[in-house]
Amino acid sequence: MARYDRAITVFSPDGHLFQVEYALEAVRKGNAAVGVRGTDTIVLGVEKKSTVKLQDSRSVRKIVNLDDHIALACAGLKADARVLVNRARIECQSHRLTVEDPVTVEYITRYIAGLQQKYTQSGGVRPFGLSTLIIGFDPYTNSPSLYQTDPSGTFSAWKANATGRNSNSIREFLEKNYKETSGQETVKLAIRALLEVVESGGKNIEVAVMTKEHGLRQLEEAEIDAVVAEIEAEKAAAEAAKKAPPKET
Amino acid sequence: MECVFGLVGEGFSIVAADTSAVHSILVHKSNEDKIMVLDSHKLIAASGEPGDRVQFTEYIQKNVALYHFRNGIPLTTAAAANFTRGELATALRKNPYFVNILLAGYDKETGPSLYYIDYIATLHKVDKGAFGYGSYFSLATMDRHYHSRMSVEEAIELVDKCIIEIRSRLVVAPPNFVIKIVDKDGAREYAWRETVKEAADASA
Repeated sequence: MARYDRAITVFSPDGHLFQVEYALEAVRKGNAAVGVRGTDTIVLGVEKKSTVKLQDSRSVRKIVNLDDHIALACAGLKADARVLVNRARIECQSHRLTVEDPVTVEYITRYIAGLQQKYTQSGGVRPFGLSTLIIGFDPYTNSPSLYQTDPSGTFSAWKANATGRNSNSIREFLEKNYKETSGQETVKLAIRALLEVVESGGKNIEVAVMTKEHGLRQLEEAEIDAVVAEIEAEKAAAEAAKKAPPKET
Repeated sequence: MECVFGLVGEGFSIVAADTSAVHSILVHKSNEDKIMVLDSHKLIAASGEPGDRVQFTEYIQKNVALYHFRNGIPLTTAAAANFTRGELATALRKNPYFVNILLAGYDKETGPSLYYIDYIATLHKVDKGAFGYGSYFSLATMDRHYHSRMSVEEAIELVDKCIIEIRSRLVVAPPNFVIKIVDKDGAREYAWRETVKEAADASA
């Protein structure tokens, strides 16, 4: 099996592209990222490692905007992300220049996925080691969208999804608890999902909310702490309710 | 026969441009907006070859937007002017753009500014500037009446004086003008000065 690692243009006998699969491993080691789509709000949340005390946290923005109406979060190799984000930002402006229209979320997702795929079918290059969560509102139709791409270059639309560390647990939680939400409810759902695998506290998660009117807004640590406190209170109330009824029978 | 002129006042920068789109002896339309909003606090008033004017200014606009997304902060007016000039200079000895530009902007730290950029990539920071045949009249009028730190009312009075001068003295004077202003609250349209209304829909 080791022989097929060297050049990604080579399939293994059982049909695997090992470099792509190894890239997916790199993604699985990256920080957790979650995206939730509501009716009028889309939320991205990313795990933040809090051990770096001397680092200026403002210089490490994990949720970036590609255009006024599109934002991206990712899990995996952050240096690869910088390259991909830069290319996507150029494409967003180039699209506006040539057709005088902002990109749709699907267009820019297809572009990024296409770029990731190109690097799985060239000699001497390795795939991008990241999966992205792309959110935005389509111009004119104003419909909210959430898309995910991965190192193989596949992409699809989601109501809610997670990638990175422990993404399976988060996805399980979302499958059990997803419902159509709007506004603050969407924010709460996203943070609740992220808290399944991340220590609670505003210090450990970065959350950004996108709405049609205000575009992308990064939440302050205090705001996140407030929502986390709300969630903890609800959890405690649910626990108490579970313990109370048996006595009443 | 395109007329573009502008000046810097107290806390604001103002530019005016004619609005005729002309091809030889035919006037295509008289409500062509030649002052582009480059970003929230910058205006580009452009005159020259119509195709180049639109293509070049849109190209600059998208690159200014790209800088904003890449770096999280917008370009200063001076930086945008130098970038624009650089693009004109690069193209000059291969495929020159025939566009003359007055770039007006407002920066929080340095206040309002106006840059004169002509088609052979001259760059000057100025208090007042003008392009085209109209410049013979508007520059003379501005030289007579301009003083630094004019108020918006005084500046509009001066702009109107220039427009009247152009209308009465230029042989093929454009009928309509658009005036745009940029200050701490952003770049926006200020007014139109029309003597010929573009024909509205024919029947009711």
